[in-house]
This record gives sequence, structure tokens and C-alpha cells, in this order.
Amino acid sequence: MKEAAIRRLLAANLLCVLSVVLTAVVPAFFWDGFTVLGTHLTWLCICSGCVSTFNILLHLVLKPNLSPKRSSFAHKISRFLKCCIYFFMSCILFHAIIVLYGAPLIESVTETFLFAVLLSTFTTLQCLCMLGPNIQAWIRVFSKNGAMSIWENSLQITTMCTIFGAWFGAFPIPLDWDRPWQVWPVSCSLGATFGYTAGLIIAPLWIHWNRKQLTYKSR
Amino acid sequence: MRLRSGVFAASCLLVEALGVALFLRGFFPVAVRSLPRREARGDPPAEPAPPGPGMVSNWTKIPPPLFKKVVLVLIDALRDDFVFGSKGKQFMPYTTQVVEKGTSYSFIAEAKPPTVTMPRIKALMTGSIPGFIDVIVNLNSPALLDDNLIWQAKTTGKRIIFYGDDTWVKLFPKHFVEHDGTTSFFVSDFTEVDDNVTRHLDRVLKREDWDLLILHYLGLDHIGHMTGPNSPLVGPKLREMDNILKKIHISLLSKEEASLPNLLVVCGDHGMSETGSHGGSSEGEVHTPLLFISSAFEKRSGPLTQPGLVQQTDLASTLAVGLGLPISRNSVGNLILPVVGGKTMREQLRFVHLNGFQLSRLLQENTPAYEKDPGYEHFKIAEKSHGNWIKLYLEGNNSEILLNLGKKVLKQYLEALKTLSSSLSKQVAQYDMYSMMVGTVIIMEVLLLLLLSIPKALSSRAEFEVPLSPPLFSLLFYLMCLMLCAVHVIVCTSAESLCYFCSMSWLTAVGVMMLISALMCGILSAIAKIFENSRLPLKNLVVSSSSWSEIDVLILAGTIGHVLSLGASSFIEEEHQTWYFLINTLCLVLCQELCRNNFLLKEWEPHHSTTMKQNFDSVGEASECKNIDIPAAGNSKLSKATSSAEFIKGSDKWISLASPWIILICCRLLRSLNQTGVQWAHRSDFGHWLTSSEHKSELSFLAAVSLLMILFLVQRRCSLVSKIAMALGLLGVYSYRAAIGNVIFPWQHDSKDISKGITEARFVYVFVLGIVFTGTKDLLKSQVISADSSVKSTGLWEVYSGLVLLAALLFRPHNLPVLVFCLLIQTMMTKYIWRPLKCDAAQITVMHYWFGQAFFYFQGNSNGIATVDISAGFVGLESYVEIPAIFLTAFATYTGPLLWAIHLLCYLSSEVNRNSAAVGHGCFCYAVLRSVPVAIYIVLVTGLRYHLFIWSVFSPKLLYEGVHVFITAAVCLFFMAMDQKHSQKV
Repeated sequence: MKEAAIRRLLAANLLCVLSVVLTAVVPAFFWDGFTVLGTHLTWLCICSGCVSTFNILLHLVLKPNLSPKRSSFAHKISRFLKCCIYFFMSCILFHAIIVLYGAPLIESVTETFLFAVLLSTFTTLQCLCMLGPNIQAWIRVFSKNGAMSIWENSLQITTMCTIFGAWFGAFPIPLDWDRPWQVWPVSCSLGATFGYTAGLIIAPLWIHWNRKQLTYKSR
Repeated sequence: MRLRSGVFAASCLLVEALGVALFLRGFFPVAVRSLPRREARGDPPAEPAPPGPGMVSNWTKIPPPLFKKVVLVLIDALRDDFVFGSKGKQFMPYTTQVVEKGTSYSFIAEAKPPTVTMPRIKALMTGSIPGFIDVIVNLNSPALLDDNLIWQAKTTGKRIIFYGDDTWVKLFPKHFVEHDGTTSFFVSDFTEVDDNVTRHLDRVLKREDWDLLILHYLGLDHIGHMTGPNSPLVGPKLREMDNILKKIHISLLSKEEASLPNLLVVCGDHGMSETGSHGGSSEGEVHTPLLFISSAFEKRSGPLTQPGLVQQTDLASTLAVGLGLPISRNSVGNLILPVVGGKTMREQLRFVHLNGFQLSRLLQENTPAYEKDPGYEHFKIAEKSHGNWIKLYLEGNNSEILLNLGKKVLKQYLEALKTLSSSLSKQVAQYDMYSMMVGTVIIMEVLLLLLLSIPKALSSRAEFEVPLSPPLFSLLFYLMCLMLCAVHVIVCTSAESLCYFCSMSWLTAVGVMMLISALMCGILSAIAKIFENSRLPLKNLVVSSSSWSEIDVLILAGTIGHVLSLGASSFIEEEHQTWYFLINTLCLVLCQELCRNNFLLKEWEPHHSTTMKQNFDSVGEASECKNIDIPAAGNSKLSKATSSAEFIKGSDKWISLASPWIILICCRLLRSLNQTGVQWAHRSDFGHWLTSSEHKSELSFLAAVSLLMILFLVQRRCSLVSKIAMALGLLGVYSYRAAIGNVIFPWQHDSKDISKGITEARFVYVFVLGIVFTGTKDLLKSQVISADSSVKSTGLWEVYSGLVLLAALLFRPHNLPVLVFCLLIQTMMTKYIWRPLKCDAAQITVMHYWFGQAFFYFQGNSNGIATVDISAGFVGLESYVEIPAIFLTAFATYTGPLLWAIHLLCYLSSEVNRNSAAVGHGCFCYAVLRSVPVAIYIVLVTGLRYHLFIWSVFSPKLLYEGVHVFITAAVCLFFMAMDQKHSQKV
């Protein structure tokens, strides 16, 4: 059972990685002059769009959280709306945090906001897919030893890796190398993306490695 | 001998300060010089003797002067594009016309960093490159003892008149027959300083009783400091300068007689950066114009070419030749040949020969292996061909061949001069490696000792045994002493260059050697002890790593990351970014911790406390390795779990949750108050907006509100008397700022008389001293009568508030919000974060240290020399007085770290009831936190000493670090005193 689940997780995560890679490669065929660095904002839009649709599709196909109770259509709609609001709020929150970290407040607002959207896609959207708009569940998952399935474990790892990637991505900004990728927010968004993909790859491996120690309590 | 960790840390820091001082002395090289005194001098060399017997040139004297009168106009902070660029064309029409069509030579003179006035004047007049250390003594310029142009001119009986910056008068006392110095004290004064110079001009130009006139105009520099190079004030100032130059030039031309022409030299001492400051090595700062205007020169023909690049030091040699003086002995400059281009070939050759001879002699005196130097070899070859040329010349050969040969010799000479002066300039960067090594060894040993004693020093007792007399080590000790002394003797006897450590008395040297060996033995014994006890705790290390909280991980990673970042010049230039980044992350982690405390513990309380009890032993064991004292950790964790219910009390909980965010917003606001660093320093910030003259009322309002807030935040824990004193003091601060014209009172609309505000400032000083005195009295009382700890904490707080008042006085008015936010963040942190989270002393110390560093940059400092606010050293003083000025400037610069350090002491001593060793732990951690970056940085700088940016980036940072060590040592002594009192009480 567990082995199979891990294999499923690995497959899903690899598909996510593939989608990220494709966003960097495919648009160049359709659109002349597209590069991740040169037309960074477009790439940010495409990447967040693709990854989010892909995640939602994956979620609909795999249904990793087996919610026992069938709910009504109206309930589903309200859930969906709630998810949208949460997502938007998380974008705002990320934007605020980035500004607090020293991003300019007024100039390059678009860049900052798109970066916030990218971060939300990599972190909040996944949580919303997996856990739904349920703050208590979120707090449980992101506290120590709170994960109850390998999917939640993977969620923890990818989220952490994304945030760390973005955090480390800020390091090269003060260097005076004058490279195109040092422009705000390229290094940070690249860092977040690399962190996200790394997290996606690491998560199944880590779970596989520690599968003996991981015991999930059920509630 | 048993030592408390506070005492141990303080003594370690004192030793480290000694090591840093030694290192700094070795690192900042003394300038290249021949003999220390200028009196002893040889005769000028004769022309090279032509080969062959019987023919001797009889020209042995210094050539006669080329110019009758010389006027040197030095315009402070004159950048090259102010004359040669579009600004020059627009605002300096006369000068531009002279440059383009007149009889003039124009050059761009390159100044060497530090681009600060006094070293630049020295460079212009001595031709040598002053060492970096000159910046520190820039404030009190003692008389220049080296051989220099002014001294030479005076000894040959030239009459010199000087008007302008009084640095000159201090540098050359009694050299001028007439002088009028103006202080550059009020940077906001744009017109008075220049009018003071110009008012003498008409009178002096009519007179005939002078040979050299020096004018130093300061106005442009002041405009640059206040408003930057692109301000509308620059244009009129340049026009004013242009008119002055026109007046001088016309007057010189009218007085010219047939005998000798006159010379007008226009130059800048340094340029200015895009923000208007100077001190660094950006292109705008080092490129200054240099104009020679004289009727002796040929009229410029043909299209205007780009002015050639020369060194600033070249002016000294050129002027010496022009005035018929011997070239200063320490000069590394080259003669600027076009200036003497009108002379005959024989004279030209004579000039360059004199210059080359002087340079090669300087080289001989400074390098043992001078004969192998390519410059010296070139010079010898050129000298030989010069001799041949003279032979031809004396034979009466006067043909084209002679001229061509002469040109060839001239070329050889110029080549030699260039090589000689470049190899001499390199000598300036000759480090005193031996002193540096000794300093580094001391610092590294102290660091190792501190690191090795971390587990002991942070144990609950905060005491440890220092083995002073185990016999084995004493044998080792003597052996090491002997060996080091032998090394010392060998190094010092074989030293080729000057060495500071060798020049110390041998008793001191032996003392230092004994210190080094003692430290070494201490380290060895500490290591031995660790190995003895290492069998058991090995297991605990594994356990400990799992129980590390996020804060611990962040603190460790942040400290290490910051230290590593010091290796990159950009990260040093932008170090503020590192600290802002770290404290932001710290706030977010604290926020997460608070969330967990508030939400999770409530939910999981029963479960948690049982696990806590189970894990208690292991946590206790682990925490010993993890630098936490056992009872404190145990207590805190247990009480964290049990008291969480009572802790969460409605609104308090939400304020507590919001406080990290409020702190984050405060930090963000402060960050945009002062843009600092290098790359983004030119971005507009609130500070510049506030200081511009049209926003004076806003600034006044802000200053008033800030002072009120300071009063509100500080008075809570003060006694009534100090409350009143504080209020009056803050009122005094405002009236001081109003008196010197920074802010205005609402009822005062015309900006009338601007005074120095001496009375107001002294009024505030009285209150500062009064408050500090009351605090000290309380502290002494608590020690003597051993009253309850409340007296002591009131006393500490009063000392702290006295320092806050002093800071409020010294800070520029637009920086007062920094002080407010500092107090606000401290209050919030104490009340809503540290108390509820029950952080241990080590964590709190690290947080204080980080915030202190961040506030250092929030107040507008950077790692460049240019941002030091020297005006703080003059607050309330009539004139420059060395000791108070240095003290006040250091205090104003390091206000952030100091206030946070004292606050740390206040906080920890109020926590004494919970953890008796808190102060000792704090002191020890503070010492470790300071020693780690310093030690690593010193090693890095030693490795990077030939880096391109060593003078512009690494050396200023080294100075900042060094001064910070001295200040931290003082703070730790204060800590130790507080800790001592407590121990006596218990």
C-alpha cells in the first residue's frame, strides 16, 4: 500500500516538475523572443497559470484526500469561492511580506505582485487543493509532526523548499555583477522555482527513505 | 582560579582589543618617506657628467624659477565635469574659453582614495600619497612635518599668502606671511566661507609683496554635501568661481613684465560622488580638473583634445620646478612636461633629471633591492644617454641630430619616471606583516578560547575553572615563550622594512609573547578537558540537534552567513541589506513561534505537557550542549506549557501576535528613511526629502513629535526627577536644533540669526550628566546596601535614558524617528515577545546584537568613511577639542549598537530573578558575537590585501570593525561590573 502510494506521489510530482520545465521551453516555439530572463513577467504569468491548472487537474484526477462525506453542489461552490478568496489573500500577504523585506513600494509593483502570485501558486494553491479552506488543518499540517499522510508530508516539504528557495534567491541581488538575472525579481522567482522543483523531487525520496519512521496517526 | 563568564568575556575582549590595535597599526601602512625629518638633506645633483675625461658640466645648482608669481586656486570638490563638461561650458564661460583657445594646459588629475580634504592637501603639497590612517587624524590636523612645497618655498624666502580652509593653517603653521583661515564648520553655509576668501582678493592682487598666493574655496563642497552635484545651487557657485578666475587672470596678465611670466593653477582637491559626498573611490570622486594658465605657454592650436590624465601628486613636482625649488623628498609625482615645454632642450632634460634623481633616491631609501627595479634601471640608462647628449651639446653640435637625440633622451627619462613613481606608489601598500601576524594570532587565540568555553560559560552557574598553574603547561609555556622570543629576535634583526612591533620596547614585546603563549596553553588545556569529557556527551549531541528550535537554527545560520558574506566586497558595501534581511526573517520566525505558542499549545496542551515531562531529562541534558542552562530551559519549557492558558488573555494575545508585524513595518519605514550603501545610495529617501530646505516645517513637526514620543517611551520606568530632567532635556534638544537652523519654532517665520547653539547644547549636556549621575548613584546604592533589584534596574534604566537623551541631541533631526522606533521596538519586544516566549539569555543577546547592527545602518551609516557624521563631534563646543569630539562622534556613529547593548543589560538584569546567570551569559554571548566576525574578517583582509578594492571597501570596514571592538570591550566591562554586583549580593 505504502509503496504504491509513494510511487503515485512520485509520478504526480514528476509531472509537476515537467510542467514547470515545459513553461520555460514550450512558449519559445510559439513566440519569438521569449526567454525566461528576457520576458520574465510573461514567464511568471505562464508559469503560475500552468502550474495552477496542472495542480488542480492533478488534484481532480488523483483525489489524494479521501473526504468521506459527499457534499452538495452549493457547498462545493462556496468551497470554491472560499478557495479563491484565500488564494487572493495569500497573494496580498506575500506581496506585503516582500515589500517588508525591502522591495520598492511603488515602482515595479507588477513585478512584485507577480512574484507573490508565483509564490502563492507554489505554496497556497497546493494547500488549498490538498486541505481545502480549512485553517485548522493548515495549522496542524505545518506544525511539527502534524502530517497525516504522505501527501501532507510532501506538501510540507515542497512549501518549505519554495520559501527557502525564494529566501536564498535574494542573496545575489546586492552583488555588483550586473547580470540580467540579478534584476528584481528574477533571482528570487528563479530561486522559488528551483526550490519548488527540488522540493517536488526530494519529497518522495525523503518519504521513501524514512518510510519506516513515518507513522501517521489518524484522527 | 574560578572566573565568572562575564569577567572572562570582558578580559577576553580586552586582550582582543589589544590584538586588533596591533593589527590595525600594522595594516595601515605609513607613507613612503625618506628620512623622518626634513632637515637633513643633501645637495641637489649636478647634471650627469658627460663621458670622457676633462669635460664637466658646471650646472650644479637648482635651475632658476620659471614663473614670477604663482596663484593656486583650489576649489574644494571641483569635479572634472564641472570644468570640462557641459556644466563648465554653461557656467564657466571664461574658463572654458581659456581652456579652448587661451594659453593654458588642462589635465584631469587623479586623486587617490581616501578622497578627503586633508590627505588631498598633503598629496598636493608633498607629492606623496598619504596613508589611509590620515583620515582618522583628519579632524585634528597636526603640522605637516614632511618635506613639502610650502616649507621649501618659505626657506628660499618666498612670500606666501593663504586664504581659505584653515586646515592649511594648521598643516603649515607660521609658513604664511598673511593668512585668513575659514573653518568648514557649518556645512550649511554656502556663501560666507567663500566671501571670506574673496574679500581679500582685490587688495592682494594690487600688491606686489608676494610670490605665491593660495586660495581654497569651500562653498562648492558644502553645496555638494547638502544638495548633491546636480542641485541648482551648483551653477551660480561655478559662475562665481569663474568670475574670480577671470579677475585673477586679468590682473596677473596686466602685471606681467618682460622678465618672467606669472602662472595661475586651478585644481580641485577631490571630486564628488553622485550623492554629493566624497571619501570613496568612484570616478566622480577621484577625477579633478587641473589647469595651468600662463602667458608663457603656447596658444592652443588645432581642435580641442580630451585633457590628459595625470596624478594629483604630479602637481608638487611641477610647481617645485616652476618656482625653482628642490622637489620634495617624499614626492612620488612626475613632472608634467608640457608646463616646461617652452624651455630649451637642455633645461627640460635638467628638470626631468632632477625629478628622476629625487625619485630614484626615494626608491633607494625604501627598497633594499632597488637596483633591480626596472624604473631604476631605466633611469640609469637615461642618465647615461643624457651624459652623451651633454657631451654633444658642449661640443657645440647644434644640429637637428642634437634635437632628435634630446627628444629620445627625454622620452627615456619620462618612461623611467613613470616606472619609478608607479613602483613607489605600490610601496604605499607595503604592509607590516609581522605586526599583522602577531595581532592576528592574538585575536584568533582569543576567539578559539571563547568558542571552546561556550559550553562551560553558558552553563547554569556561568562560572568556570581557569587552569593557571598545571606544571605540564607551565613547561610548555616557558618553551613557547623562549621560542617566540627567538622568532622575534630573528624577524626583527632581519627585517628589511620598517616594523612597528619591532620598534616597541623589548619588555612590551616579551609581554606580548608571554600573553600569546599563555593563551595558547589555555586553549590546549581547554581542548584536553573537552577530550577528557568527550565520551559521555557524544550521544547528547545527536539529541540536541533534534531539539533545536527554528530560532536557534536561524541565529546560527545568520551569524555564520553574515561572517561568510564579509569576503565579498559587494556584501560589505551593502552590509545593511544583510542585516535588514536577517532581522526581517527573525521577526517572521518569531511570529511563527508566537502563533504556535498561542494556537497549538492550547489545543494540544495535555499531550504536550506529558511529552514535556517525558522529555525533560533529555532536554536538560541536551540543553547543556545547546548553550542553555538547565534549570532555565527546564523551567521555561515547563512553564511554557503550563502557563499557556493564563498567558492567553484576550487582547494581549492579539497584540502579541501583531507585534512582529508592527516591528516589520517599523523596520521597513526606517529602511526608507536613509538609503545607504553604494549601489542604491542615490535612490531618493525620506531623509533627503526632509532635509531639503523647502520641507523645514515638516521636519520641525516630525522632530517635535519624535521628541514627544521619546519622552513618552522612556519615562515609564524613570523616577520623577529624571522624568522632569528628561522633558527639559528634550526641550533643550529642540531649541538647540532651532538655534542652529535645522528646525523652526511655529512662531518664528524668518530664518534669522544662526548661531552655534552652544548654550542650548550645554543645557542638554547638563541634563544628560544629571540623569546618568542619578542612575549611577542608584547602581552604587544597590551595590552597597544590596537593596532589592528594583533599585538597580531603575538605575540601569536611568543610565539608559541619559544615553537616549544624548543620542537625541547628537542625531540629526531627520534621524530622530530612528531613536523613537528603537525605543518602540525594544518595548514591544520586551513585553510581547521575549517575556511570553521565555527566550533564554543567549537568544535574546543575539537578537539584541542583530537589531543593534541593523540600527547602525538605519541611522544612515554605511561601511564607507564618508557617512560618518563629524558634525556630531562639534555639538556644544566652541572649537575643535580632541577628546570630547572623538567621544561624541564615536557615540553618535555607534548609537544603534550601544543603545541595544545597554537595553540588553537592562532586560537581562530585570530577568535575574528567573535566571540568576543571565547577565553573565549575555555578556559572554555578546563577546563571542563580536569576536567571530572580527577574527574572520581580519584573516580575510590579510588574504585580500592586494585586492583592487582594499582601500575603498575593505579598509574602511576594517576601521569600523576595529572601533566596534573597542566599544564592545567597554560595554562588556560595564556588563561585568553589573554582574559582579549581583554576585556579591548573592
